[in-house]
Formats: sequence, C-alpha cells, structure tokens
Amino acid sequence: MEVLVCVKRVPAPGAKVPLTEDAQDIDTRHLGFTIGPHEECAVEEAVRLVEAHGGHVTVLAAGPPEVAEQLRYALAMGADRGVLVDTGAAELDPEATAAAVVHAIRTLDAEPFDLVLFGNESADAGHYQVGIRVACELGLPIVGGIKGIDVDGAAGDRLRLRRDVATGVEVYEVPLPTAAAVKEGLNLPRYPTMPGRLKARKAQLLTIPFEPAAGGLRKVRLRQPHDDREAAIVLGHGAAAAPAVVDVLEELGAV
Amino acid sequence: MLLTVVDEQPGSLDTLGMARTIGTPVAAVAFGTAADGAKLADELVKHGVGTLHLISHELLTDYAPEAFGEALAQLIARLRPEGVIATGDDRGAEVMAQAAARARLPLATQCVSVTGGDPWQLTRIRGGGMLLEDAELTAATKLITVAPGAAGAAEISEVRAVDECVVEAFTPELAPELARTRVVARTTRGDGVSLATAEVVVSGGRGVGSAAGYAVLEELAGLLGGAVGCSRVATNNGWRPHSDQVGLTGTKISPKLYIACGISGATQHWVGCMDAAAILAVNTDPEAPMVTRATYAVIGDVHDVLPAVVAEIRARAGPRR
Repeated sequence: MEVLVCVKRVPAPGAKVPLTEDAQDIDTRHLGFTIGPHEECAVEEAVRLVEAHGGHVTVLAAGPPEVAEQLRYALAMGADRGVLVDTGAAELDPEATAAAVVHAIRTLDAEPFDLVLFGNESADAGHYQVGIRVACELGLPIVGGIKGIDVDGAAGDRLRLRRDVATGVEVYEVPLPTAAAVKEGLNLPRYPTMPGRLKARKAQLLTIPFEPAAGGLRKVRLRQPHDDREAAIVLGHGAAAAPAVVDVLEELGAV
Repeated sequence: MLLTVVDEQPGSLDTLGMARTIGTPVAAVAFGTAADGAKLADELVKHGVGTLHLISHELLTDYAPEAFGEALAQLIARLRPEGVIATGDDRGAEVMAQAAARARLPLATQCVSVTGGDPWQLTRIRGGGMLLEDAELTAATKLITVAPGAAGAAEISEVRAVDECVVEAFTPELAPELARTRVVARTTRGDGVSLATAEVVVSGGRGVGSAAGYAVLEELAGLLGGAVGCSRVATNNGWRPHSDQVGLTGTKISPKLYIACGISGATQHWVGCMDAAAILAVNTDPEAPMVTRATYAVIGDVHDVLPAVVAEIRARAGPRR
C-alpha cells in the first residue's frame, strides 16, 4: 500500500502565545515546533499500515524550508520518503495550501497513492478544509474525524473508517484509493528510535518549489483573546485545605 | 440573500441570529424529506424566516459528506446567495468544506463575529480559542461556519414572526458514486456520565503520577456525580484512554465545575476547559498557569489533597455514607 501523509509544522506554545509586533504570526523566537498532534497520529497509522500490508510511506509538508525538521521527525518514526513543498515563509490561506499540496501530488504522479492521510484540522490555524479541498480536486473520497482505520475486503481494496459522534460511532466503507482526515486518539504514536533519528538526519528530501495564488480569505491580524479573569482564590495548602474545598463544593452545589 | 443551514438539532437555529447581523433577507436551507421540511418550517415561522430551501435526494437519506456537500454546492450555483452560514460542529464544518471545495469558493471557519459589506470583515478563533484572527473574506458567495457556542440565540421576541414559511423543494443531480462515503453502520454509546456533558469533571495530569493514581480522582468524581478527564500528558503516557482527554485535540468541555489535579495548564489543555463556569486547581506549583487562571486553587500534592477532600465529604454526609 502506497500511503501519503500530509503534515504541518506548528509552533508548540506553552501557557502563553506571544505575537509578533506586526500581529501577523505567533512569535516563535523562543518556541519549539512540532508536527500537529492529529498529523502525528496519521504518520503512525501510515507506518503501521505499511508494516502490516507492505508498501511505502511518503510524508509531505508545505511551508518554509524549516518544515524539513518535521519531515525528518516523520522519517525517524518510520516514513520512507520526505517531500518538502517550499512555499516560502508567509502563512498560506487554506485554498493556497490545498493548491500547493495538489501540485506536489501531481508532480509525484508516477507512483499513485492508495491512501492520502491528513490531520482533521491544523493545530494552529484550524481551517478544517485543506484535506477536503485536496481530495475533491484529485477526485478522491474523503471522510473526516477518523479515529479507526481497518483494511477490509478479500482483496484488501477497501477501508473501514470509524469516527466518534455525539451519540456513538459512525462507520464508513470506502474503496481505495481514498483520503481520510484523522484525529488524535487514532493510535498512540511511537517515539523515534535513535537509529531511526540517525537515518532520518541523513535522508535526502525531495523539494518541490511552488508559489500558490492567494485565495479569498485574507488574514488581517492576530489578537490575544480578552481575558478578564480575576486571580484565583487560594483555599489553602495540602490536606489542611480540605474543609475549605468542601465548603466551595457545597456553595457550587456539587455535593 | 443569505442562506443559513439548519437542521432539527437543538441550537441549530442560533445561526439565524448571526446571519441577521450580516444582512437580509435570510432564508434557510435543510436536508431532508418533505415531512422534515414541514416540521422545520413551523419552527422557522417563529424565527421570521419566510423561505426554506429543502434539499431531498435518495442519496441523502443518511449522512454522506460528499453527497451533502455536492448538493449544497448545486443549490449555491442555482440561488447565487451573498453568503451561506452554517454551524461549525463536526458535520456542519465537513459539509461546508465539501461545498466550498466543489463550488471553488473560499470558506472561513470558526467565526465568532461577522460584519457584512464587501469584503466581509470577520473574526475567527484559531487553535480552539488560543488566538483570535481578524480576516477579510472576498467571494461571489461567502461561506462561513460559526464557532460552536458563538452564535448566541437571538430572542424570539425580538424577531418578527412571519405568516408563512414557504418550502422550496430542490432535487440535486448526484452521481451514484457519491454514495461511497455514506454511513454504513452506527453504534450507540452506552449510558453513564459522559465527559462532554458532565456538570463536574475531575481531571488529572502529570501530577497524578501514574495510571493507578487516578483511583482517588475516580472516587471524588463518583461522589460528585461527575466524569474523570485528563491532560494530553496522561494520554501520551498511557495512563488514560484518549476519550478522557480534555483539550484542543481531545474534548472541549464546559462543565459547571472543573477540578484540575496536577495539570500545569498548557494552552493545548486550557482551550479545552476554559469555558467551565468555575475551575478548582490543585497543584504543587503556585505559579502554574492553571493555578493563576483558576477560580479557586489549593497548593499541594494531588495525593495529599484529594484523599482529605474525599474524607471530608464522607464525614459531612454522615456515618452511613
């Protein structure tokens, strides 16, 4: 099975999310970066599918050249090949991101993919649409919010996809090739091994430059949400605080 | 004209309020049978909506994201509305993204406010509420989804009811292959207190220390009729299942009381619990973000504080409990 996983490089903020002076981005001078949690599960799932059924995992990221860091992390997890779609430093709108991914997939067209995995939404911008736009452009079926993937059918040519909804679980059966947008909880991603990291560090990435046209949604500025919370009321220290805690629980009607 | 996507879910008509802040007239669109349409029309009359565009097709009798999106895209092509507004829950977001992709239109998701004109000026949330983004949306038909909880139902009394809501039937032309992404089976969750709807959630993070350490959280949650939650650290350590996770990539909750035990309060977790009416933080670190942002705080170790709280509740309930 040939699997493509699309991942995004996102800041890993702590408790505060600092902004740049022009309010166009998160100020990442003092922050690390990571693969979005949904996409990390997508990489893990792809590696497991290929371990079970054979084939290759290709991982793709669009953005500045620094996305190589996230591609190498995915390679260290067990992906076979990394594709960097170099779209420059500026944040792309979701139509432009989808165009960049579609361009890259068409460039790689010599080996068509059986399965294309996306995160359900990115951890930073959260537009909830890039995977669907790419699938639609490529004529692939796609279902979002997926938390379970099983290969199905005698010929292994269908996938059984599960997703959580408020009332329980919905099941979809889709023919390959297909796309799916997955959520964290699909699996527990592995930590890369040391040999995996060493191999990933030396791996050659395929770079595809692309300058997408802007779509119809234009970011003007980012803002911190207004927070008018007052400082916490400290009820006490250690076990001695228990009576004060239960007083509050009674006041709130919790006991 | 603005189109608002509605269904029979509670709160679905809340988006009508946001639509009216953008412009008029506002018409509704729904998927379903003639009987569903008649029922919705009765409700829409009270909300002052005079037209319901009812999309019906045999491929739409159960949820099918591609078919729903294609049908909505065809209705947009026929009516050419100024904008389409839908609730940003999982299904609403998926159908709008499908429609946007098929109609080749931009889509702004997770909006909390919109000002009409050309372009629309809007504010949307990013990272589950970590940040706000002011943006401009330019398109022949502007598509938006409303962040869950942001619509705010307009008081029915403020809206002039209409005499009649006319149901306009619309039958899309759908290729049979769109049935490939259709629900084929469902399982229904058992009863019990669910994390998403519990009034009290007792949640634990790194400070709980182990899977076994959650026993005292289970006990406290049991006494309070609540559910147990956890942070991403607990899921990644294999202490709790992912279905217990509160946060950006877990469940976003709004209980009356959130008890955060040994959780530092990283943004990814905070955006999942910040809508709680009250937060009690138990943490050894008085400077932890969860402690400074909480309503109440106890400085101490989870395994000292919680057993004492459980004992105090039992003592006050009397000897027989």
